[in-house]
Amino acid sequence: MQTPTLFALLLLLILVAYGTGFSRAIAAARSSGGIRSLASLPSYYGVHTALWCGLPALIILGCWLVFDDAIIRAMVMGSIADKPESIAGQNLLYAQIQNLAAGNLVGNVTPQLQDAAAHLESLRASGRWMQTALILILSIGLGAYAFLRISPEMRAREKVEKVLRIILLACACAAIFTTVGILLSVLFESLRFFQSVPVTEFLFGLHWSPQMALRADQVGSSGAFGAVPLFTGTLLVSAIAMFVAVPVGLMSAIYLAEYAGKKVRSVAKPLLEILAGVPTVVYGFFAALTVAPFIRDLAQSMGLQASSESALAAGLVMGVMIIPFVSSLSDDVINAVPQSLRDGALGLGSTKSETVRKVVIPAALPGIVGGVLLAVSRAIGETMIVVMAAGLAANLTANPLESVTTVTVQIVTLLVGDQEFDSPKTLAAFALGLMLFISTLILNFIALHVVKKYREQYD
Amino acid sequence: MTDLTQSNLTQKEVRERIESRLASRHRKEKIFRGFGIASIAFGILAVVVLFTDIISKGSSAFVQTDIELNVTYDPAVLGIDTVDDESLAWANFDAVIRNALRERFPDVSGRRDKRELYSLVSNGAGFELRERLQQNPELLGKTETLWFNADDDVDTYVKSLSKSEEGFLGRTSEQKAGWIKSLLATGELEKRFNTTFFTNGDSREPEQAGIRAALMGSLFTLLVTLALSFPIGVAAAIYLEEFAPKNRWTDLIEVNINNLAAVPSIVFGLLGLAIFINFFELPRSAPLVGGLVLTLMTLPTIIISSRAALKSVPPSIREAAMGMGASRMQVVLHHVLPLAMPGMLTGAIIGMAQALGETAPLLMIGMVAFIVDVPHGITDPSTVLPVQIFLWADSPERAFVERTSAAIMVLLAVLITMNTCAVWLRKKLERRW
Repeated sequence: MQTPTLFALLLLLILVAYGTGFSRAIAAARSSGGIRSLASLPSYYGVHTALWCGLPALIILGCWLVFDDAIIRAMVMGSIADKPESIAGQNLLYAQIQNLAAGNLVGNVTPQLQDAAAHLESLRASGRWMQTALILILSIGLGAYAFLRISPEMRAREKVEKVLRIILLACACAAIFTTVGILLSVLFESLRFFQSVPVTEFLFGLHWSPQMALRADQVGSSGAFGAVPLFTGTLLVSAIAMFVAVPVGLMSAIYLAEYAGKKVRSVAKPLLEILAGVPTVVYGFFAALTVAPFIRDLAQSMGLQASSESALAAGLVMGVMIIPFVSSLSDDVINAVPQSLRDGALGLGSTKSETVRKVVIPAALPGIVGGVLLAVSRAIGETMIVVMAAGLAANLTANPLESVTTVTVQIVTLLVGDQEFDSPKTLAAFALGLMLFISTLILNFIALHVVKKYREQYD
Repeated sequence: MTDLTQSNLTQKEVRERIESRLASRHRKEKIFRGFGIASIAFGILAVVVLFTDIISKGSSAFVQTDIELNVTYDPAVLGIDTVDDESLAWANFDAVIRNALRERFPDVSGRRDKRELYSLVSNGAGFELRERLQQNPELLGKTETLWFNADDDVDTYVKSLSKSEEGFLGRTSEQKAGWIKSLLATGELEKRFNTTFFTNGDSREPEQAGIRAALMGSLFTLLVTLALSFPIGVAAAIYLEEFAPKNRWTDLIEVNINNLAAVPSIVFGLLGLAIFINFFELPRSAPLVGGLVLTLMTLPTIIISSRAALKSVPPSIREAAMGMGASRMQVVLHHVLPLAMPGMLTGAIIGMAQALGETAPLLMIGMVAFIVDVPHGITDPSTVLPVQIFLWADSPERAFVERTSAAIMVLLAVLITMNTCAVWLRKKLERRW
């Protein structure tokens, strides 16, 4: 039976289980003095039966779907006598067998290959058959077990609630699984990368040119993996962005929180927040096609040399993108400063700006610093704007008019297109991803800690 | 103040000193305020410049220059006798178009001039004719007047004519410009609403490129994301807010969620590539994988907003239900959850808007491939709207610039609608306790 049909059948069985459980509970109650004699409401007996019927079967079905292909592959490959040594060769062979089994391979078909394809087909057929049988037996058997156990004394609600709680807990743990998944995926590939390129070269090397030579005699593809130009490029673009976003974001937050009337606030705040909702690819397009040419022309009219993909264009637009982020985080902490502090300062005769500068901002500083750190981590991790506007040349420069490249740009260029997972070029992207993940993790951790600590102060 | 009162100054001198500084203090106040206004003005200016730039570039893409031709389905030219699938497959429809163009401009001779003439019409015109004949086999041997998409160079030139007298020639020669002007004068060349943009998939030819495939890809990806992230997010929020004991494990989960909310999106793309594609061998470029990656990315947003919604339900509701004998699970599922639902839905819409605009992680899992066909399911190769914008932004043809901007306008319109819905929902269903 095909998996979707099986799934539909399983759903039907679950519904049936609910119905029978429900009616059996009522029948059991009738013989012993009405519904009030039941330990739980009848619907809980129904859900209890349905859970027994469906949950184990669904879990087994999920595991089956995940491991199915790998097991069949291992069995098919195990039955082949002389298989190639390399992983790539084995992959190719298995792909050939799969294609042959699907009936769309032309070319030289050896009898050995034919046998393997037939073996694959028979394994798949028996696999499907076993899957259907196992799932149906499991669901009907466990459903019947739960059905037969229904009695007025059984505490169905408590059992159901226990299961629900475990499901809720499992969902809450999804966040942990995601973090572990990220760590494992970048860590393993990075370790493989560091086997071919030493860590010190990656961290301190000044030359980045990830093109690997395909042949030994090829010219110009040295494969240098010194990531320092990427780090400086990232820092340069982020610094420009923060140079725009922090003053503008902070000042607009102060104005909105301390000066603006209700009317101005209700118009200006949503308008600024539009900037946060615009997708980054739109900013990238804007930076590449409008801002970058504008900056180039402006620089040329002032007699400066500017590349058409400059760090300045990417940084400026990224700064604009981060303005609402800084301003809404600062707005929160400024509003959290108790009014009594302001009243005290104003009562002593200070002007409004003096109150803000000497009382409100110092009181809100930890929160503002936390917000700025979060904004920095966003700037470092921002991808589309720099991919579209900052360029690919790994220049080691501090001149904002030149084109630089960043960590995220290199990850995208290394991984978009065809990849093979044994070349350092592809693996380098994961090493860069690891650096990105670690640095943003540290920044976030400090920022969240600072913000949390500060919030508690005035609560 | 203290230094003034402690020193031996008379009251008059003190007042003079204060007053002399008052002017400068007030000036500083004004400057500070001015900075505030300037920052807000800068932010709003950025919004205005961004939108006017995109709209001025993109609005022309919603019209497309079409050309009117008298085409004859001449069996001799087509090289077929009957209309069936096999003969249609190799019938020469381009020759029909060429004949029609030669008829319109009989005095064009010479190979180069002719080639120039044929390039007035889009390469896709032949396919349009094939489809038309396939649906109406009785047309064989007859003549009819049809509108075809003009080539993108023609389109660019015609559109630039409305801006200046000269127009932007680009790759268009003077001779071709002359033909275009004569066609415009007789009304055989006309700017019409660009339906192709909404009905076609991607194409290398700008005049045939559309956003249908990308829109469907976005739709499927979002469906997967919504189906996974909303239930899981709400369940996680319920556990953390209502059931979780205060211990280290709960703390760990919370720290994790807050951190994940700030992890760069491209890192989720790396996760998708390493785990879903390399380890589980799910198909590349599929909305299924895209949806899974975006689920992991939007989960923190949804969990955080759902928790806020649960928190805003007053404890008196829980206590009243508890007092009536409900179990904790019943309190949550029967009373707290329905009351928190509007807030959760708002959070979900905002999370979906975030997912819809996301590009970087989808580049990692291969949704950046050139895909022409409109996807029909969650495992078909497809692309999404933001990625389509990214791809078009890289194309050298001038006509793609306006199409990119137009696609951005569509994307922004959808996003603004979603966010307005979220705000409206919050206003409409919000309860003040």
